[in-house]
Amino acid sequence: MNTKTLMYIVKRVLLAIVTIWVVITVTFFVMHAVPGGPFTGEKAVTKQVMAAMEAKYGLDKPLGTQYLTYLKDVCLHFDFGPSLKQRGRNVNGIILDGMKTSAKLGIIAALIALIFGVVLGSFAALRRNKLVDRIIMVMTTAFVSMPSFIMGSFLLIIFAISLKIFPANGAARNGLFLPVVTLSLYPMAYITRLTRSSMLEVLGQDYIRTAKAKGVSGTKIIFGHALKNSLIPVITYFGPMLAGIVTGSLVVEQIFAVPGIGRAFVNSITGRDYPLVMGTTIILAALIVIMNLIGDIMYKVVDPRITLE
Amino acid sequence: MDKKIFSAQVNMDDFIPATDSEKEYMVQMRPSSTFFKDSVKRLLKNKVATTCFFIIVFITLAAIFVPMFWPYSYEQMLGMQAGKATDNSFNNLSPFEYSTTEQTLRAAGEKVVPHIFGTDSQGRDYFIRVVYGTRISLAVGFFASIIVLIIGMTIGSIAGYAGGRVDLIIMRIVDIIYSLPDMLMVILLSSVLKVVMEGALDGTVLAKIGSNIISLFIVFGVLYWVSMARLIRGQILSLREQEYVLASQAAGAKGKWIILKHLIPNCFSVIIISTALQIPSAIFTESYLSFLGLGVNAPMPSLGSLACDALNGVSSYPSRLVIPALVISLIVLSLNLFGDGLRDAFDPKLDT
Repeated sequence: MNTKTLMYIVKRVLLAIVTIWVVITVTFFVMHAVPGGPFTGEKAVTKQVMAAMEAKYGLDKPLGTQYLTYLKDVCLHFDFGPSLKQRGRNVNGIILDGMKTSAKLGIIAALIALIFGVVLGSFAALRRNKLVDRIIMVMTTAFVSMPSFIMGSFLLIIFAISLKIFPANGAARNGLFLPVVTLSLYPMAYITRLTRSSMLEVLGQDYIRTAKAKGVSGTKIIFGHALKNSLIPVITYFGPMLAGIVTGSLVVEQIFAVPGIGRAFVNSITGRDYPLVMGTTIILAALIVIMNLIGDIMYKVVDPRITLE
Repeated sequence: MDKKIFSAQVNMDDFIPATDSEKEYMVQMRPSSTFFKDSVKRLLKNKVATTCFFIIVFITLAAIFVPMFWPYSYEQMLGMQAGKATDNSFNNLSPFEYSTTEQTLRAAGEKVVPHIFGTDSQGRDYFIRVVYGTRISLAVGFFASIIVLIIGMTIGSIAGYAGGRVDLIIMRIVDIIYSLPDMLMVILLSSVLKVVMEGALDGTVLAKIGSNIISLFIVFGVLYWVSMARLIRGQILSLREQEYVLASQAAGAKGKWIILKHLIPNCFSVIIISTALQIPSAIFTESYLSFLGLGVNAPMPSLGSLACDALNGVSSYPSRLVIPALVISLIVLSLNLFGDGLRDAFDPKLDT
């Protein structure tokens, strides 16, 4: 690693930190710009009760002070404060609870997407312009154009309602099967296309021809020579893939009633549970930003040929 | 004729009228082609892209004109008259089914326009709701892309042309917005703007469009211009070193003139391609937000909100979910394929 790479990494880390700070700030001020406090419209509350409630949650202080307190709590203690709607629970607990399910969902979906995407992509590249390739390309084009909520709804209709093979409820036994499939189809299709095009490029390189001329077998060329280099573009897709899975999980958890963080987020928006909205936004955003960062740095470290601006 | 070297005498042979064979030589074999014409020709050769183009045109025309003559409207509850339920058999009709009232009308020999897609739980004709939803989705996609185009083009060209400190500051802002997780921010902003706008819009013309769509446009204007700005900045950065810019500067042209007259027209193909690919992504975002309940205001339908509403009764009426879902997929797919075709046709770098 030379100084240039190091500089790049430092720059990217700084950018990531600034981005997370912007997310926290924007989220905080946007949530506080909503007319009417979080307690308005709940029940007819007297002025005294309202004041007491606001004092309890620190809402009576000036906005700047509230912001600094919030920033300090989040950055130093990872504390997102209490939930306003679920009495007696704090945001950290709710997020942790949701994360257990969502992380399982997301990680399995990402692994499936990665494995199947790479295999199908290489396969399509090797059988270029043959029937198999055509079928794979048509399927992936369709999957890429289909929003996750539509994919989820279709799978729900076909497998849960018509065929009754899998349960429609995500909390049931085997219930995570359909949500995982829904979430993994888009990134899988994308990775397939990515792998196919980069594999085609790599297969045209001189060193592959040399390997062929030496008499290396087909499988060995693929696994020993071509695959490693054709996977480089896939690394850059890690960040966007995670972002896609996170945003996809918001609707997928809604469709299949999975008790995850995505559903908590959507419910907190409709229920105006501001600390929960802020907490989930910041956690998910930080996750995506960090994943993007790792993807970018790995991309640079893995392939020293890549020159950066 | 003998010709002296410095004589001003004219060679009369040079002025003989051209013969027919010579004239033929000067005839233009075919009219000269511009870059735009060339690209369109290339685009027309691409069968997939052309088909997709016609699908889009067909859907757009249908979305614009069908509501004008269709006997039902998207908000009309057919079983209700003057706020009272008169005929409950209008609710939840399956495709091509008729309500009791309509059956008696038909028995009497009158013609009744069938409910092609049936009706929803409140007795509204589902076909016209889908058509109207398509109209809303297309309009949102189109206008959102225009907003993105205008903002991105302005900022990108200023950054690219000005260079130096202006460019640096703008590009750092672009970097930060670019690395924000867009969907989360969109959801957050639109859920808040929706509440803020509701009060502010009352009584204005904009109230008719609805607070949700306006907040959607604002969100697009705030977040999605960055990639367009980056693209155009990159183009302008290389274009401004060209001689014709120097010539224009030497002739005394100001920055605004050079950007508008010389630089932007030369970014034309990049602009067309990325705007064409922006539309499906805007439609996608709108339907996603509508699905989460953050889209258009009821009773106005959009394809996303129709799909979302249908999810509740999906086990009994799956067709209500399938139809808008198919329409969205068809629109997004054909716009994407058309955009790809456009890129192949208009990007001279790919031309071999």
